[in-house]
Amino acid sequence: MPILEVEHIQKSFEHTEVLTDINLSLEQGQVLSLIGSSGSGKTTLLRCLNFLEQPDSGIIRVNGEVLFDAKDPATQRPAEIRKKRLHFGLVFQSFHLFPQYTARENIMLAKKLLVQEQPDFKARKKEIFGEIQEEAESLLAQMGLSDRMDNYPHQLSGGQCQRVAIARALALRPDILCFDEPTSALDPELTGEVLKVIQGLADQNTTMIIVTHEMAFARDVSNQVIFMDEGRILEEGTPDQVFGSPREERTKQFLARFTEG
Amino acid sequence: MELFFDQFPVVFQSLNVGFLQTLKLFMVTLVGAIPLGLIISFGSMSRFRPLSCLVKLIVAVIRGTPLMIQLLIIYFFPGLVLDNPIWGSGESGRFLAASVAFIINYACYFSEIYRGGIQSVPVGQQEAGLVLGMTKGQIFLRVTLLQMVKHIIPPMSNEVITLVKDTSLARIIALQEIIWAGQSFMKGSHGIAGAIWPLFFTAVYYLIFNGILTVLLGRLEKKLNYFR
Repeated sequence: MPILEVEHIQKSFEHTEVLTDINLSLEQGQVLSLIGSSGSGKTTLLRCLNFLEQPDSGIIRVNGEVLFDAKDPATQRPAEIRKKRLHFGLVFQSFHLFPQYTARENIMLAKKLLVQEQPDFKARKKEIFGEIQEEAESLLAQMGLSDRMDNYPHQLSGGQCQRVAIARALALRPDILCFDEPTSALDPELTGEVLKVIQGLADQNTTMIIVTHEMAFARDVSNQVIFMDEGRILEEGTPDQVFGSPREERTKQFLARFTEG
Repeated sequence: MELFFDQFPVVFQSLNVGFLQTLKLFMVTLVGAIPLGLIISFGSMSRFRPLSCLVKLIVAVIRGTPLMIQLLIIYFFPGLVLDNPIWGSGESGRFLAASVAFIINYACYFSEIYRGGIQSVPVGQQEAGLVLGMTKGQIFLRVTLLQMVKHIIPPMSNEVITLVKDTSLARIIALQEIIWAGQSFMKGSHGIAGAIWPLFFTAVYYLIFNGILTVLLGRLEKKLNYFR
């Protein structure tokens, strides 16, 4: 069974249709790259998966459970949506780290609030917070930021900020980690360190959906590639199919722009 | 000059008593208007249109009319027009009425500053919190609030300093604050009459107090410089 199934997602803003009949499925441990020009709906699709936008129609299923069904208001209650979001993690283009917290605190904050909902929280508070801190520190170590734990976001480079943001998303152990153009806000020399981290996650079989303009990276890291154009999925397949022998004229045009440099 | 030195201890004592009332009004206004302003700002940002329109109208009226008129209306209207003197008589009644007028007036100004402060925090901050499973309340308290406070300290400092001076408007309903105390030596008080210098001297109190506040607020601003 696929970990994620998206069926017939449609979304309009005002009177402009931004997503038209989106269908996709993703297997556990696989990496899906979404490519396409700006305005093709890639980011909106990610935002729908993370419940930052609500699709006008369609169904989202994770591990067979219906998380969202536009026809069923019971799946749209705010309190439940908050819980369902936790199936997904989202790394933003411009990080959105909390500026008043250190790197370590950024990673621990949400987890610390979530564990307060556990029944045994009061009795084991110290122990639980200890575990959270250990986990945050090991995530930062994994990101190569052990010496930056007590730095505030403004004291970090863009690449370091994005790695903290990735650790922050990982701390909640999402089933599917989404990236919205994770390197687009970075200086070219800093993109490498972030891509390396994402590649590392792929090697550990982290299920990921990546919106990116880094075509070489998308080709290397993904198991599956989707090319979107004007809110539709125009072409999908393995990286070799989509990059090596695209069927659609529009895909060829799009990819040609990248190879021309 | 000799006369001045004779008068000074008496005047000083009397001005101090007046200044205490000034301080009290200042404190009560801050304690009331800081939270009330937040409630008003939420009201004006509400997505429920009738509420936000009503709140915006109230804010427009309060900001568009002189505080002195508001003081007079709040103090006299219940007794003279409604025949229901809710404020009670004497200094405590005047203080209560003045506090209500000041709190409402300042809460409206604060609410606009808060609104600007909240809206200056990028939407991305809220979205990051949502994606991490935080509730709206948690996001406001743990993420937005401190960033907003940092943004609003300069305009709030301005308002706080203005408030110190605005307390003198309570003189219009004969609240016995420092201006009233200074003025009393013109007509005659404590055996001194026809002296105008005590009134002029009240300015020194405002100046010193605002000097202290400026330093404290500056420190608070610096304290929040640890993040950007």
